[in-house]
Amino acid sequence: MIELRGVQKTFGANQVLRGVNLILPRGQSMVVIGGSGTGKSVLLKSILGLVRPDAGTITLDGQNVAKAERDAFLARFGMLFQGGALFDSLTVWENVAFRLMRGAQALPPDQARAIALEKLRRVGLTPAVADQFPAELSGGMQKRVGLARAIAAEPEIIFFDEPTTGLDPIMSGVINALIREIVVEMGVTAMTITHDMSSVRAIADRVAMLHAGVIQWTGPVAEMDTAPDPYLQQFIHGRAEGPIESVR
Amino acid sequence: MTLTGSLAAIGRPVLAALAGVGRVSMFAGAVLANLVRPPFYFREFGHALLQIGWFSLPVVGLTALFTGGALALQIYSGGARFNAESVVPSIVAIGMARELGPVLGGLMVAARVASSIAAEIATMKVTEQIDALVTLSTNPIKYLVVPRVLAATLAVPILVGVGDSIGIMGGWLVGITRLDFNSATYIKNTVNFLETWDVLSGMIKGAAFGFIVALMGCYFGMTSGRGAQGVGAATKSAVVAASVMILAANYILTEVFFTS
Repeated sequence: MIELRGVQKTFGANQVLRGVNLILPRGQSMVVIGGSGTGKSVLLKSILGLVRPDAGTITLDGQNVAKAERDAFLARFGMLFQGGALFDSLTVWENVAFRLMRGAQALPPDQARAIALEKLRRVGLTPAVADQFPAELSGGMQKRVGLARAIAAEPEIIFFDEPTTGLDPIMSGVINALIREIVVEMGVTAMTITHDMSSVRAIADRVAMLHAGVIQWTGPVAEMDTAPDPYLQQFIHGRAEGPIESVR
Repeated sequence: MTLTGSLAAIGRPVLAALAGVGRVSMFAGAVLANLVRPPFYFREFGHALLQIGWFSLPVVGLTALFTGGALALQIYSGGARFNAESVVPSIVAIGMARELGPVLGGLMVAARVASSIAAEIATMKVTEQIDALVTLSTNPIKYLVVPRVLAATLAVPILVGVGDSIGIMGGWLVGITRLDFNSATYIKNTVNFLETWDVLSGMIKGAAFGFIVALMGCYFGMTSGRGAQGVGAATKSAVVAASVMILAANYILTEVFFTS
Protein backbone atom coordinates (compact mmCIF):
# COMPACT_ATOMS: atom_id res chain seq x y z
CA MET A 1 0.00 0.00 0.00
CA ILE A 2 1.21 3.48 -0.88
CA GLU A 3 0.11 6.31 1.39
CA LEU A 4 0.64 10.03 0.91
CA ARG A 5 0.05 12.39 3.82
CA GLY A 6 0.13 16.15 3.50
CA VAL A 7 2.52 16.12 0.52
CA GLN A 8 3.48 19.62 -0.59
CA LYS A 9 5.72 20.81 -3.40
CA THR A 10 6.49 24.31 -4.62
CA PHE A 11 8.48 25.35 -7.70
CA GLY A 12 9.50 28.99 -7.31
CA ALA A 13 6.30 30.92 -6.65
CA ASN A 14 4.09 28.09 -7.92
CA GLN A 15 2.75 25.85 -5.15
CA VAL A 16 1.86 22.74 -7.14
CA LEU A 17 0.94 20.33 -4.35
CA ARG A 18 -0.73 21.87 -1.29
CA GLY A 19 -1.15 18.88 1.00
CA VAL A 20 -2.04 15.76 -0.92
CA ASN A 21 -3.55 12.89 1.08
CA LEU A 22 -4.06 9.67 -0.86
CA ILE A 23 -4.05 5.93 -0.25
CA LEU A 24 -3.32 3.46 -3.03
CA PRO A 25 -4.32 -0.01 -1.79
CA ARG A 26 -2.22 -3.02 -2.80
CA GLY A 27 -3.39 -4.73 -5.99
CA GLN A 28 -5.64 -1.84 -7.02
CA SER A 29 -5.45 0.26 -10.15
CA MET A 30 -5.74 3.93 -9.22
CA VAL A 31 -6.14 6.58 -11.91
CA VAL A 32 -5.34 10.18 -10.97
CA ILE A 33 -7.16 12.70 -13.13
CA GLY A 34 -6.92 16.46 -13.27
CA GLY A 35 -6.32 19.33 -15.64
CA SER A 36 -3.00 20.10 -17.28
CA GLY A 37 -0.51 21.63 -14.85
CA THR A 38 -2.32 20.47 -11.71
CA GLY A 39 0.70 18.49 -10.52
CA LYS A 40 -0.22 14.94 -11.49
CA SER A 41 3.27 14.15 -12.83
CA VAL A 42 4.87 15.86 -9.83
CA LEU A 43 2.78 13.65 -7.54
CA LEU A 44 3.92 10.52 -9.31
CA LYS A 45 7.57 11.60 -9.40
CA SER A 46 7.41 12.48 -5.70
CA ILE A 47 6.50 8.88 -4.89
CA LEU A 48 9.44 7.62 -6.96
CA GLY A 49 11.85 10.09 -5.37
CA LEU A 50 12.52 11.90 -8.67
CA VAL A 51 11.11 15.03 -7.04
CA ARG A 52 11.66 15.71 -3.33
CA PRO A 53 8.51 16.98 -1.57
CA ASP A 54 8.86 20.10 0.60
CA ALA A 55 6.59 18.65 3.28
CA GLY A 56 4.53 15.58 4.07
CA THR A 57 5.32 11.87 4.09
CA ILE A 58 5.05 9.11 1.52
CA THR A 59 5.10 5.53 2.74
CA LEU A 60 5.26 2.21 0.92
CA ASP A 61 3.97 -0.65 3.05
CA GLY A 62 4.48 1.55 6.11
CA GLN A 63 8.08 2.49 5.30
CA ASN A 64 8.97 6.10 4.58
CA VAL A 65 10.18 6.12 0.98
CA ALA A 66 12.62 8.98 1.70
CA LYS A 67 14.51 6.66 4.07
CA ALA A 68 14.26 3.49 1.98
CA GLU A 69 17.31 1.91 0.34
CA ARG A 70 17.02 3.33 -3.19
CA ASP A 71 17.92 0.33 -5.35
CA ALA A 72 15.69 -2.09 -3.43
CA PHE A 73 12.87 0.47 -3.42
CA LEU A 74 13.08 1.22 -7.15
CA ALA A 75 13.36 -2.49 -7.99
CA ARG A 76 9.71 -2.79 -6.88
CA PHE A 77 8.59 -0.26 -9.50
CA GLY A 78 8.08 -0.15 -13.22
CA MET A 79 7.22 3.03 -15.05
CA LEU A 80 5.83 3.95 -18.44
CA PHE A 81 6.79 7.53 -19.22
CA GLN A 82 4.62 9.94 -21.18
CA GLY A 83 6.89 10.07 -24.23
CA GLY A 84 8.20 6.54 -23.75
CA ALA A 85 11.61 7.84 -22.59
CA LEU A 86 13.31 5.06 -24.55
CA PHE A 87 17.08 5.30 -24.78
CA ASP A 88 17.89 6.45 -28.33
CA SER A 89 21.32 4.84 -28.44
CA LEU A 90 20.06 1.35 -27.52
CA THR A 91 18.06 -1.09 -29.61
CA VAL A 92 14.51 -1.98 -28.67
CA TRP A 93 15.43 -5.23 -26.95
CA GLU A 94 18.28 -3.53 -25.04
CA ASN A 95 15.79 -0.92 -23.82
CA VAL A 96 13.39 -3.61 -22.62
CA ALA A 97 16.16 -5.65 -20.99
CA PHE A 98 17.94 -2.61 -19.51
CA ARG A 99 17.20 -3.39 -15.87
CA LEU A 100 17.66 -7.14 -16.35
CA MET A 101 21.29 -6.69 -17.44
CA ARG A 102 22.27 -4.48 -14.51
CA GLY A 103 22.60 -4.78 -10.77
CA ALA A 104 23.52 -7.61 -8.46
CA GLN A 105 21.28 -10.14 -10.22
CA ALA A 106 22.23 -9.13 -13.76
CA LEU A 107 21.33 -11.74 -16.37
CA PRO A 108 23.60 -12.76 -19.25
CA PRO A 109 22.69 -10.95 -22.50
CA ASP A 110 21.17 -13.99 -24.26
CA GLN A 111 18.87 -14.71 -21.31
CA ALA A 112 17.92 -11.03 -20.98
CA ARG A 113 17.19 -10.88 -24.73
CA ALA A 114 14.92 -13.93 -24.48
CA ILE A 115 12.92 -12.25 -21.70
CA ALA A 116 12.82 -8.98 -23.67
CA LEU A 117 11.42 -10.81 -26.72
CA GLU A 118 8.80 -12.47 -24.54
CA LYS A 119 7.75 -9.09 -23.06
CA LEU A 120 7.65 -7.54 -26.54
CA ARG A 121 5.39 -10.36 -27.66
CA ARG A 122 3.21 -9.72 -24.59
CA VAL A 123 2.61 -6.14 -25.71
CA GLY A 124 1.90 -7.23 -29.28
CA LEU A 125 5.26 -6.60 -30.94
CA THR A 126 7.08 -9.14 -33.08
CA PRO A 127 10.76 -10.10 -32.67
CA ALA A 128 11.41 -8.18 -35.91
CA VAL A 129 11.39 -4.89 -33.98
CA ALA A 130 13.85 -6.12 -31.34
CA ASP A 131 16.96 -4.99 -33.20
CA GLN A 132 15.52 -1.68 -34.39
CA PHE A 133 16.22 1.63 -32.68
CA PRO A 134 13.38 3.58 -30.98
CA ALA A 135 13.53 6.37 -33.58
CA GLU A 136 12.54 3.83 -36.24
CA LEU A 137 9.23 3.05 -34.49
CA SER A 138 5.85 4.81 -34.55
CA GLY A 139 4.50 6.55 -31.43
CA GLY A 140 2.19 3.65 -30.61
CA MET A 141 5.01 1.11 -30.97
CA GLN A 142 7.24 3.23 -28.75
CA LYS A 143 4.53 3.21 -26.06
CA ARG A 144 4.35 -0.58 -26.33
CA VAL A 145 8.13 -0.86 -25.99
CA GLY A 146 7.93 1.45 -22.95
CA LEU A 147 5.24 -0.81 -21.52
CA ALA A 148 7.38 -3.90 -22.18
CA ARG A 149 10.30 -2.20 -20.38
CA ALA A 150 8.05 -1.30 -17.44
CA ILE A 151 6.98 -4.94 -16.96
CA ALA A 152 10.28 -6.61 -17.90
CA ALA A 153 11.52 -7.11 -14.34
CA GLU A 154 8.02 -8.08 -13.14
CA PRO A 155 7.60 -5.21 -10.67
CA GLU A 156 4.99 -5.12 -7.88
CA ILE A 157 3.95 -1.56 -8.69
CA ILE A 158 3.64 0.08 -12.11
CA PHE A 159 3.16 3.78 -12.82
CA PHE A 160 1.74 4.97 -16.12
CA ASP A 161 2.27 8.64 -16.98
CA GLU A 162 -0.25 9.80 -19.61
CA PRO A 163 -0.12 6.44 -21.45
CA THR A 164 -2.34 7.50 -24.37
CA THR A 165 -1.12 11.06 -24.99
CA GLY A 166 -0.39 11.66 -28.67
CA LEU A 167 -2.02 8.43 -29.88
CA ASP A 168 -5.03 8.06 -32.14
CA PRO A 169 -8.27 6.74 -30.53
CA ILE A 170 -7.78 3.19 -31.80
CA MET A 171 -4.19 2.96 -30.59
CA SER A 172 -5.28 4.55 -27.29
CA GLY A 173 -7.86 1.80 -26.92
CA VAL A 174 -5.22 -0.84 -27.63
CA ILE A 175 -2.83 0.62 -25.03
CA ASN A 176 -5.62 0.96 -22.44
CA ALA A 177 -6.66 -2.66 -22.99
CA LEU A 178 -3.04 -3.81 -22.73
CA ILE A 179 -2.52 -1.92 -19.48
CA ARG A 180 -5.68 -3.36 -17.97
CA GLU A 181 -4.77 -6.91 -19.05
CA ILE A 182 -1.25 -6.61 -17.68
CA VAL A 183 -2.38 -5.10 -14.37
CA VAL A 184 -4.92 -7.89 -13.83
CA GLU A 185 -2.65 -10.67 -15.11
CA MET A 186 0.36 -9.63 -13.00
CA GLY A 187 -1.74 -8.60 -9.98
CA VAL A 188 0.25 -5.42 -9.61
CA THR A 189 -0.58 -2.18 -7.86
CA ALA A 190 -0.94 0.49 -10.53
CA MET A 191 -1.15 4.25 -10.62
CA THR A 192 -2.00 5.99 -13.88
CA ILE A 193 -2.16 9.70 -14.44
CA THR A 194 -4.24 10.91 -17.33
CA HIS A 195 -6.89 13.35 -18.47
CA ASP A 196 -8.21 10.90 -21.05
CA MET A 197 -11.58 9.72 -19.72
CA SER A 198 -11.61 6.63 -21.94
CA SER A 199 -8.38 5.56 -20.21
CA VAL A 200 -9.97 6.17 -16.81
CA ARG A 201 -12.93 3.91 -17.57
CA ALA A 202 -10.73 1.20 -19.12
CA ILE A 203 -7.98 1.10 -16.51
CA ALA A 204 -9.28 2.27 -13.12
CA ASP A 205 -10.50 0.42 -10.05
CA ARG A 206 -10.37 3.70 -8.16
CA VAL A 207 -10.17 7.32 -9.29
CA ALA A 208 -8.67 10.35 -7.58
CA MET A 209 -9.09 13.86 -8.89
CA LEU A 210 -6.29 16.34 -8.25
CA HIS A 211 -7.31 19.98 -8.33
CA ALA A 212 -5.67 23.10 -6.88
CA GLY A 213 -2.94 21.01 -5.29
CA VAL A 214 -5.19 18.72 -3.25
CA ILE A 215 -7.21 15.55 -3.87
CA GLN A 216 -10.63 16.98 -4.70
CA TRP A 217 -12.42 13.63 -4.87
CA THR A 218 -11.50 9.96 -4.62
CA GLY A 219 -13.58 6.81 -4.86
CA PRO A 220 -14.34 3.69 -6.91
CA VAL A 221 -14.66 4.23 -10.66
CA ALA A 222 -18.25 2.92 -10.51
CA GLU A 223 -19.22 5.88 -8.28
CA MET A 224 -17.50 8.51 -10.41
CA ASP A 225 -20.48 9.33 -12.64
CA THR A 226 -22.92 9.72 -9.76
CA ALA A 227 -20.63 11.54 -7.34
CA PRO A 228 -22.06 14.97 -6.40
CA ASP A 229 -18.70 16.79 -6.56
CA PRO A 230 -19.15 19.67 -9.06
CA TYR A 231 -15.42 19.80 -9.87
CA LEU A 232 -15.37 16.11 -10.75
CA GLN A 233 -18.54 16.36 -12.81
CA GLN A 234 -17.24 19.35 -14.76
CA PHE A 235 -13.99 17.55 -15.48
CA ILE A 236 -15.35 14.14 -16.51
CA HIS A 237 -17.97 15.72 -18.77
CA GLY A 238 -15.55 18.25 -20.20
CA ARG A 239 -17.79 21.25 -19.52
CA ALA A 240 -16.44 24.77 -19.98
CA GLU A 241 -18.85 26.08 -17.31
CA GLY A 242 -18.37 25.14 -13.69
CA PRO A 243 -16.21 25.78 -10.64
CA ILE A 244 -12.96 25.01 -12.52
CA GLU A 245 -11.86 28.20 -14.23
CA SER A 246 -10.94 27.77 -17.87
CA VAL A 247 -8.82 30.21 -19.83
CA ARG A 248 -10.37 31.06 -23.20
CA MET B 1 20.93 54.88 -7.34
CA THR B 2 21.80 54.63 -3.64
CA LEU B 3 25.07 53.18 -2.40
CA THR B 4 23.35 50.03 -1.14
CA GLY B 5 21.55 49.69 -4.48
CA SER B 6 24.84 49.94 -6.36
CA LEU B 7 26.48 47.40 -4.06
CA ALA B 8 23.52 45.07 -4.50
CA ALA B 9 23.76 45.40 -8.29
CA ILE B 10 27.43 44.35 -8.11
CA GLY B 11 26.84 41.72 -5.45
CA ARG B 12 24.05 39.82 -7.17
CA PRO B 13 26.04 38.66 -10.23
CA VAL B 14 29.07 37.96 -8.04
CA LEU B 15 26.99 35.77 -5.74
CA ALA B 16 25.38 34.07 -8.75
CA ALA B 17 28.82 33.39 -10.25
CA LEU B 18 30.12 31.98 -6.96
CA ALA B 19 27.02 29.80 -6.64
CA GLY B 20 27.69 28.53 -10.18
CA VAL B 21 31.31 27.73 -9.28
CA GLY B 22 30.04 25.89 -6.21
CA ARG B 23 27.56 23.83 -8.21
CA VAL B 24 30.18 22.89 -10.82
CA SER B 25 32.63 21.97 -8.03
CA MET B 26 30.06 19.75 -6.33
CA PHE B 27 29.27 18.12 -9.68
CA ALA B 28 32.99 17.52 -10.31
CA GLY B 29 33.28 16.04 -6.80
CA ALA B 30 30.39 13.67 -7.50
CA VAL B 31 32.02 12.62 -10.79
CA LEU B 32 35.39 11.96 -9.13
CA ALA B 33 33.75 10.00 -6.31
CA ASN B 34 31.90 7.84 -8.86
CA LEU B 35 35.06 7.28 -10.94
CA VAL B 36 36.38 4.80 -8.41
CA ARG B 37 33.14 3.11 -7.34
CA PRO B 38 31.56 0.22 -9.26
CA PRO B 39 29.61 -0.47 -11.38
CA PHE B 40 31.71 0.54 -14.40
CA TYR B 41 30.04 0.82 -17.78
CA PHE B 42 32.76 -0.38 -20.18
CA ARG B 43 30.54 -0.32 -23.27
CA GLU B 44 29.60 3.33 -22.69
CA PHE B 45 33.27 4.12 -22.02
CA GLY B 46 34.34 2.48 -25.29
CA HIS B 47 31.63 4.31 -27.21
CA ALA B 48 32.66 7.65 -25.67
CA LEU B 49 36.34 6.96 -26.41
CA LEU B 50 35.47 6.39 -30.07
CA GLN B 51 33.27 9.49 -30.30
CA ILE B 52 35.61 11.84 -28.44
CA GLY B 53 38.98 10.47 -29.52
CA TRP B 54 38.82 8.81 -32.90
CA PHE B 55 36.17 11.04 -34.49
CA SER B 56 37.93 14.24 -33.30
CA LEU B 57 41.15 13.23 -35.02
CA PRO B 58 40.39 14.86 -38.43
CA VAL B 59 39.48 18.25 -36.99
CA VAL B 60 42.41 18.29 -34.55
CA GLY B 61 44.81 17.08 -37.25
CA LEU B 62 43.74 19.70 -39.79
CA THR B 63 43.91 22.47 -37.17
CA ALA B 64 47.43 21.39 -36.18
CA LEU B 65 48.60 21.07 -39.80
CA PHE B 66 47.58 24.62 -40.77
CA THR B 67 48.74 26.08 -37.45
CA GLY B 68 52.18 24.47 -37.80
CA GLY B 69 52.51 25.83 -41.33
CA ALA B 70 51.41 29.35 -40.37
CA LEU B 71 53.72 29.28 -37.33
CA ALA B 72 56.71 28.42 -39.54
CA LEU B 73 55.91 31.37 -41.84
CA GLN B 74 55.48 33.78 -38.90
CA ILE B 75 58.68 32.71 -37.14
CA TYR B 76 60.65 32.90 -40.38
CA SER B 77 59.27 36.36 -41.12
CA GLY B 78 59.85 37.63 -37.56
CA GLY B 79 63.23 35.92 -37.23
CA ALA B 80 64.44 37.52 -40.45
CA ARG B 81 64.48 40.91 -38.65
CA PHE B 82 67.49 39.76 -36.60
CA ASN B 83 68.92 37.06 -38.86
CA ALA B 84 67.41 34.20 -36.82
CA GLU B 85 65.58 32.32 -39.59
CA SER B 86 67.31 29.10 -38.55
CA VAL B 87 65.27 28.90 -35.31
CA VAL B 88 62.10 28.01 -37.26
CA PRO B 89 62.27 24.20 -36.68
CA SER B 90 62.94 24.45 -32.95
CA ILE B 91 60.37 27.20 -32.24
CA VAL B 92 57.68 25.46 -34.29
CA ALA B 93 58.33 22.22 -32.37
CA ILE B 94 58.38 23.85 -28.93
CA GLY B 95 55.44 26.12 -29.73
CA MET B 96 53.32 23.27 -30.98
CA ALA B 97 54.20 20.83 -28.21
CA ARG B 98 53.98 23.20 -25.26
CA GLU B 99 51.24 25.61 -26.25
CA LEU B 100 49.44 25.53 -29.58
CA GLY B 101 48.94 21.77 -29.81
CA PRO B 102 47.16 21.40 -26.46
CA VAL B 103 45.31 24.74 -26.51
CA LEU B 104 44.03 24.60 -30.09
CA GLY B 105 43.36 20.87 -29.80
CA GLY B 106 41.46 21.49 -26.55
CA LEU B 107 39.44 24.32 -28.09
CA MET B 108 38.55 22.25 -31.17
CA VAL B 109 37.50 19.34 -28.96
CA ALA B 110 35.49 21.78 -26.82
CA ALA B 111 33.65 23.00 -29.91
CA ARG B 112 32.99 19.50 -31.18
CA VAL B 113 32.60 17.39 -28.05
CA ALA B 114 31.30 19.70 -25.28
CA SER B 115 28.48 20.79 -27.58
CA SER B 116 27.53 17.26 -28.58
CA ILE B 117 27.68 15.92 -25.01
CA ALA B 118 25.60 18.83 -23.69
CA ALA B 119 23.01 18.53 -26.47
CA GLU B 120 22.74 14.75 -26.08
CA ILE B 121 22.37 14.76 -22.29
CA ALA B 122 20.06 17.80 -22.31
CA THR B 123 17.82 16.06 -24.85
CA MET B 124 17.81 12.97 -22.64
CA LYS B 125 16.76 15.16 -19.73
CA VAL B 126 14.01 16.91 -21.67
CA THR B 127 12.61 13.59 -22.93
CA GLU B 128 12.69 12.08 -19.39
CA GLN B 129 15.37 9.53 -20.31
CA ILE B 130 17.40 10.61 -17.25
CA ASP B 131 14.35 10.02 -15.02
CA ALA B 132 13.91 6.65 -16.75
CA LEU B 133 17.52 5.74 -15.89
CA VAL B 134 16.86 6.52 -12.22
CA THR B 135 13.68 4.43 -12.15
CA LEU B 136 15.70 1.58 -13.69
CA SER B 137 18.08 1.76 -10.70
CA THR B 138 20.90 3.28 -12.74
CA ASN B 139 22.88 6.26 -11.47
CA PRO B 140 22.99 8.82 -14.35
CA ILE B 141 26.36 10.16 -13.13
CA LYS B 142 27.88 6.68 -13.38
CA TYR B 143 26.17 5.74 -16.63
CA LEU B 144 26.32 9.00 -18.59
CA VAL B 145 28.95 11.25 -17.04
CA VAL B 146 31.81 9.06 -15.76
CA PRO B 147 32.41 7.22 -19.09
CA ARG B 148 32.50 10.51 -21.01
CA VAL B 149 34.76 12.33 -18.54
CA LEU B 150 37.14 9.37 -18.32
CA ALA B 151 37.22 8.93 -22.11
CA ALA B 152 37.91 12.63 -22.73
CA THR B 153 40.63 12.76 -20.06
CA LEU B 154 42.39 9.82 -21.68
CA ALA B 155 41.72 10.63 -25.35
CA VAL B 156 42.59 14.33 -25.52
CA PRO B 157 46.28 13.87 -24.47
CA ILE B 158 46.64 11.32 -27.26
CA LEU B 159 44.94 13.72 -29.67
CA VAL B 160 47.37 16.42 -28.52
CA GLY B 161 50.33 14.12 -29.15
CA VAL B 162 49.09 13.30 -32.64
CA GLY B 163 48.27 16.98 -33.24
CA ASP B 164 51.81 17.99 -32.15
CA SER B 165 53.31 15.59 -34.70
CA ILE B 166 51.02 16.81 -37.48
CA GLY B 167 51.67 20.47 -36.57
CA ILE B 168 55.43 19.95 -36.63
CA MET B 169 54.99 18.20 -39.95
CA GLY B 170 53.02 21.23 -41.21
CA GLY B 171 55.94 23.46 -40.24
CA TRP B 172 58.37 21.09 -41.95
CA LEU B 173 56.27 21.03 -45.15
CA VAL B 174 56.19 24.83 -45.30
CA GLY B 175 59.88 24.99 -44.32
CA ILE B 176 61.10 22.78 -47.16
CA THR B 177 58.64 23.95 -49.84
CA ARG B 178 58.36 27.71 -49.15
CA LEU B 179 61.33 28.69 -46.96
CA ASP B 180 64.16 26.76 -48.64
CA PHE B 181 65.08 24.64 -45.61
CA ASN B 182 66.94 21.41 -46.15
CA SER B 183 64.64 18.57 -45.09
CA ALA B 184 67.24 16.61 -43.12
CA THR B 185 68.50 19.74 -41.34
CA TYR B 186 64.96 20.78 -40.43
CA ILE B 187 64.20 17.37 -38.91
CA LYS B 188 67.57 17.24 -37.12
CA ASN B 189 67.01 20.68 -35.56
CA THR B 190 63.52 19.72 -34.49
CA VAL B 191 64.69 16.52 -32.81
CA ASN B 192 67.69 18.15 -31.17
CA PHE B 193 65.79 21.03 -29.59
CA LEU B 194 62.61 19.25 -28.54
CA GLU B 195 62.77 17.83 -25.00
CA THR B 196 60.61 15.09 -23.50
CA TRP B 197 59.10 17.56 -21.01
CA ASP B 198 57.93 19.82 -23.86
CA VAL B 199 55.78 17.01 -25.21
CA LEU B 200 54.79 15.60 -21.81
CA SER B 201 53.68 18.98 -20.42
CA GLY B 202 51.46 19.48 -23.46
CA MET B 203 49.89 16.06 -22.99
CA ILE B 204 49.25 16.75 -19.28
CA LYS B 205 47.55 19.97 -20.36
CA GLY B 206 45.54 17.89 -22.84
CA ALA B 207 44.34 15.60 -20.04
CA ALA B 208 43.21 18.61 -17.99
CA PHE B 209 41.45 20.13 -21.01
CA GLY B 210 39.74 16.83 -21.83
CA PHE B 211 38.43 16.63 -18.26
CA ILE B 212 37.15 20.22 -18.50
CA VAL B 213 35.46 19.68 -21.89
CA ALA B 214 33.56 16.56 -20.83
CA LEU B 215 32.74 17.93 -17.38
CA MET B 216 31.24 21.12 -18.82
CA GLY B 217 29.31 19.20 -21.49
CA CYS B 218 27.86 16.85 -18.90
CA TYR B 219 27.18 19.56 -16.29
CA PHE B 220 25.25 21.84 -18.63
CA GLY B 221 23.43 18.86 -20.14
CA MET B 222 22.35 17.53 -16.76
CA THR B 223 21.21 20.97 -15.57
CA SER B 224 19.54 22.07 -18.80
CA GLY B 225 16.18 23.83 -18.88
CA ARG B 226 13.06 22.59 -20.63
CA GLY B 227 12.39 22.35 -24.35
CA ALA B 228 14.45 23.19 -27.41
CA GLN B 229 15.48 26.51 -25.86
CA GLY B 230 16.88 24.71 -22.81
CA VAL B 231 18.88 22.32 -25.00
CA GLY B 232 20.23 25.22 -27.08
CA ALA B 233 21.21 27.22 -24.02
CA ALA B 234 22.92 24.19 -22.45
CA THR B 235 24.94 23.58 -25.62
CA LYS B 236 26.05 27.21 -25.91
CA SER B 237 26.94 27.47 -22.21
CA ALA B 238 28.95 24.23 -22.34
CA VAL B 239 31.11 25.42 -25.26
CA VAL B 240 31.66 28.91 -23.83
CA ALA B 241 32.45 27.66 -20.32
CA ALA B 242 34.75 24.89 -21.59
CA SER B 243 36.64 27.30 -23.89
CA VAL B 244 37.16 29.94 -21.19
CA MET B 245 38.16 27.33 -18.62
CA ILE B 246 40.66 25.79 -21.06
CA LEU B 247 42.36 29.16 -21.60
CA ALA B 248 42.40 29.88 -17.85
CA ALA B 249 43.69 26.41 -17.01
CA ASN B 250 46.34 26.74 -19.71
CA TYR B 251 47.72 29.88 -18.09
CA ILE B 252 47.74 28.28 -14.63
CA LEU B 253 49.42 25.08 -15.88
CA THR B 254 52.02 27.09 -17.84
CA GLU B 255 52.83 29.03 -14.66
CA VAL B 256 53.16 25.78 -12.72
CA PHE B 257 55.22 23.94 -15.35
CA PHE B 258 57.56 26.61 -16.70
CA THR B 259 58.10 29.43 -14.24
CA SER B 260 59.47 27.60 -11.21
